Amino acid sequence: MHWVDYQRPESLDAALQAFAANAGNAKALAGGTDLLVQMRAGRCASGVLVDIKNIPELNEMSYSPEQGLTLGAAVPCYRIYGDKTVSAAYPALIDAVSIIGGTQIQGRASVGGNLCNAAPSADVVPVLIALGVVCKVTSAGGTREIAAEDFCVAPGKNALAAGELLVSLHFPPPALQSGARYIRFIPRNEMDIAVAGAGVSVTLADGRFSAARVALASVAPTPLFAREAGEALVGRPVHAASIAKAAAAAKAAAKPIDDMRGTAAYRRNLCAVLTRRALEDAVARAGGKL
Amino acid sequence: MSTTLDPVQTQAAANGAAGNGVHPAPAYEPNMVLATRAYDVVGTRPVRHDGADKVTGRALYGADKQMAGLLQGFVLRSPHAHAKIVSIDTSKAEALDGVFAVVTADDLPPAKDKIVDVGEGDTRLAYVHGNVLAKGKTLYKGHAVAAVAATNVHVAEQAAKLIDVKYATLGSSMTAPEAMSSGAALLHDDLKTMEYGQPTDKASNVAQHFQWKIGDSDEGFAKADVVVERTFDTATVHQGYIEPHNATALWNNDGRVHIWTSTQGAFVVRDVTATILEIPVSQIKVTPMEIGGGFGGKIPVYLEPVAALLSKKTGRPVKLVMTRADVLEGTGPTPGSHVSVKIGAVNGGKITAMQGNLAYEAGAYPGSFVAPGGMCIFAAYACENVTVDCYDVVVNKPSSAAYRAPGATQAAFAAEQVIDEIAGKLGIDPIDFRLQNAAKEGSRRVDGPKFRRIGCVEVLEAMQRHPHYGAPLAGPNCGRGVAVGFWFNVGLESSCTLSVNSDGTVNLIEGSTDIGGTRTSIAMQAAEVLGIPAEDINPQVVDTDSVGYTSVTGGSRTTFATGWAAHDAAQKIVDEMKVRAAKLLEADAAGVTHEKGVYSAAGKSVSFREIAAQASRTGGPISASATVKPRGVGGSYAGNIVDVAVDPETGKVDILRFTAVQDVGKAVHPSYVEGQMQGGSAQGIGWALNEEYFMGADGGMQNNTLLDYRMPTALDLPMIDTCIVEVANPGHPYGVRGVGEANIVPPPAAIANAIQNAVGRRLQRLPMNPPAVWQAVANGN
Ligand SMILES: Cc1cc2nc3c(=O)[nH]c(=O)nc-3n(C[C@H](O)[C@H](O)[C@H](O)COP(=O)(O)OP(=O)(O)OC[C@H]3O[C@@H](n4cnc5c(N)ncnc54)[C@H](O)[C@@H]3O)c2cc1C
Repeated sequence: MHWVDYQRPESLDAALQAFAANAGNAKALAGGTDLLVQMRAGRCASGVLVDIKNIPELNEMSYSPEQGLTLGAAVPCYRIYGDKTVSAAYPALIDAVSIIGGTQIQGRASVGGNLCNAAPSADVVPVLIALGVVCKVTSAGGTREIAAEDFCVAPGKNALAAGELLVSLHFPPPALQSGARYIRFIPRNEMDIAVAGAGVSVTLADGRFSAARVALASVAPTPLFAREAGEALVGRPVHAASIAKAAAAAKAAAKPIDDMRGTAAYRRNLCAVLTRRALEDAVARAGGKL
Repeated sequence: MSTTLDPVQTQAAANGAAGNGVHPAPAYEPNMVLATRAYDVVGTRPVRHDGADKVTGRALYGADKQMAGLLQGFVLRSPHAHAKIVSIDTSKAEALDGVFAVVTADDLPPAKDKIVDVGEGDTRLAYVHGNVLAKGKTLYKGHAVAAVAATNVHVAEQAAKLIDVKYATLGSSMTAPEAMSSGAALLHDDLKTMEYGQPTDKASNVAQHFQWKIGDSDEGFAKADVVVERTFDTATVHQGYIEPHNATALWNNDGRVHIWTSTQGAFVVRDVTATILEIPVSQIKVTPMEIGGGFGGKIPVYLEPVAALLSKKTGRPVKLVMTRADVLEGTGPTPGSHVSVKIGAVNGGKITAMQGNLAYEAGAYPGSFVAPGGMCIFAAYACENVTVDCYDVVVNKPSSAAYRAPGATQAAFAAEQVIDEIAGKLGIDPIDFRLQNAAKEGSRRVDGPKFRRIGCVEVLEAMQRHPHYGAPLAGPNCGRGVAVGFWFNVGLESSCTLSVNSDGTVNLIEGSTDIGGTRTSIAMQAAEVLGIPAEDINPQVVDTDSVGYTSVTGGSRTTFATGWAAHDAAQKIVDEMKVRAAKLLEADAAGVTHEKGVYSAAGKSVSFREIAAQASRTGGPISASATVKPRGVGGSYAGNIVDVAVDPETGKVDILRFTAVQDVGKAVHPSYVEGQMQGGSAQGIGWALNEEYFMGADGGMQNNTLLDYRMPTALDLPMIDTCIVEVANPGHPYGVRGVGEANIVPPPAAIANAIQNAVGRRLQRLPMNPPAVWQAVANGN
């Protein structure tokens, strides 16, 4: 532990200036539930902490059935699951934000932090990928958009350039007859890190899958977009056999390793099991029957 | 919910059970102590004396210690599992601003070749010494190498990183079979195997091998119709107390040392620290702070001598507090084990032979508690032909420490699974099979002693009668398992002083760290004798200068032994009260009778309170002390019924229902007894399902945080139902047996048996975590 400066800008401009002025030495502080733990463990040294919790754009949470959801990067989990409209529109997002840590952690932890931290095990990221979320990123030089599946590039590394800040996440409005789900596997029932996780979304039409996306946690260096698994469903009947194909494709897409949380073989098995279970639930949420 | 079976009921039920021909009616001794006695205080549930301080956060724990001029320390630990220390250069650390002193093993007086009592047994001083600060070699990752005292802990940590230690790494062994294999690197050049108690000249990592034997097991196996033999392994696990180790020391200018610490035994800390530092015990005062859990792991001395050395060097008080990683890598744990068990029985169910082979990982220094493991492994069974071999093996892991019934859980995990398998093969209900072979008064344990009155049968009967045992199972992939286990109760030594206040209350001074509510359970035994409410006793745990010698809070002894000292001191108070009453009643002291706090003679009476108020008129203050070294210990049996649901696709095991049954002799404070039973069960469940030291290729513990060292959370445990059985210990005034430990013995075995019944797979390794169970289900073992 060493001395750090703490700044709390009240506007996006002020924040961007703070980053520009401390290039390479400043870190955004949202809930701090990753950052402070890493600093304490000596894994992340930074001279300036820029607290982003007082910036209006990063605290926005607005939803309309036409526009979808705009979620400020610093909005903590409890605000998300505390909102009835958002909970009804995006139950898979609620699946993820309501299992992060425990009640105290959820009071602070943000979706933006979960994404920027870029852990392979991040629970919200597979949901963002499955729902086709687009990330809005700003720096003194301008604003750009990054697809959720392109945001994490390596363990602990995201696609942000120096001086860039994640401002908000845009969730497309839920399509008719669509459903999504996130399931993770942990050995305990709380306070644990996903051994594997599956976030899925499906859209149904005339007894068939018209669209589907599958993303996996903890089975690759980054949260993994298993494009093949979703594609395996499109055009196929809403049936257990179709789901089994998608589950097999998810298993094939996974690139897990052996570590203290599970063996590679075990994780591959989990990919199939979790993908199948998540898809079954997503179909039910979409109003479909298997 | 708790069902207390009074001993009379238990006895009647036992006799009744004989009617169905399952087993012959046991000829019980009439219950010597309990059957006819009803108590006023013992057996009730008063509010604990330390409750308000604990729930309001006012209780002071070791890390709370603050004083003027306090320095903070940091301990530098070995990054290697096994390495020669080539050199240590502390100059850069000492030069850092804010650093006051650095110590290494060279600052300790060289260890004499002698044996020291370390609380629950003896060991070589060199081992205790070497564990406190490594000398010449480090034997595990996390081994303390040097320590720094500085203005604050951050400076101390920074300085520790500036200490330049040059290591030459050596080969390492992580498990007993590895360490026993030929070619394994030796941890201690001077370690020669003791065979059957005799020194040999075999240099090896096996510190001891010994055997106990009764009858002839070969002959017994020859007679058997069914023989099952299996081998089991258990991972290293930690006691997992919430409060990290800590010590604050002040080496005063007059040469006296004062230590504040979190320990299970203040006198052990005093004596061991004095021995290491080569100063008389009278020069050290140890103040035991409140303790945030110990489970046996807070008996060894780690930080105290180091804090004392740093204080001596700096002339200032110094505080050391471990991090969680320090706790996991540098203290505890309980041994991993490699155990094979062979049992034979004849059709109809009588066991004809039992054989056990136990190799336990002592960690870096000899002393793995394999001996109690060997004593307990078959202690629930009366069998004429038993052989047990024990191996105490050093490995490159932290030096193991006691953990709740040390050694017995690993043994039961093996034995109780083989018992279950044989019962299944013979088509006998697993509880009936155990009852048919259960140890009773007069049965001989393999290490020699014959049991006095014990409650093994009553525990099994209570399990069989419990509504849980007959309840329907929840559905597919659900299974029910049972297991029983035994643990001792030790006497050792305790002291207690009572002083009567003029308002009729009594101050009780004792030296047993209160881990599980023992202030109250001890006070209640004094209150019972005195005939006053428990609330009128003010129990206090004091420092080593202020009370007579008292052994560790461990070995399930505190309520038993310190409670006995309180009982004896209270008897002395009653005797003195009679003398005072005689004066007030103008009667002859020999004619004064005492009943429930009222002293009577010749038709007149006077109360405890009145005598207390008149003490100064009748002869002055009333006070008494007693010391005990009790024999009469009564071991305890515990049994579990557990229902699990296994997810065959993920291997996850959910505990649906858990019933803990235990013979406690007499539940002095039933709430605390239930708490012990639930606590032991919870720890047993964690040990069974997820806890383990996950060792990396470098010999280091990879999961050295509570995120990845997975102890159960509240969501992982069902409500643990308790069923208290009271078969009085004839050796204690109130029939008390040890309660704190036996409850951790059966859970892993009971859960394994339940998994077997759920999915038809026998798990032979702990933990039975999801990947392991999935593997077993997927591969057919
Ligand atoms: C006890 C505990 C339990 C946990 N359990 C879980 C769990 O179950 N599942 C799970 O996925 N995670 C878990 N976590 C991790 C953590 O809580 C989550 O990842 C959380 O979502 C992080 O959000 P935060 O707001 O706290 O991020 P912070 O710690 O504030 O930030 C994380 C990282 O992202 C950067 N950052 C944050 N916001 C921005 C931004 N807008 N622009 C650019 N960079 C930014 C920070 O600089 C930092 O590097 C747990 C953590 C703890 C301590």
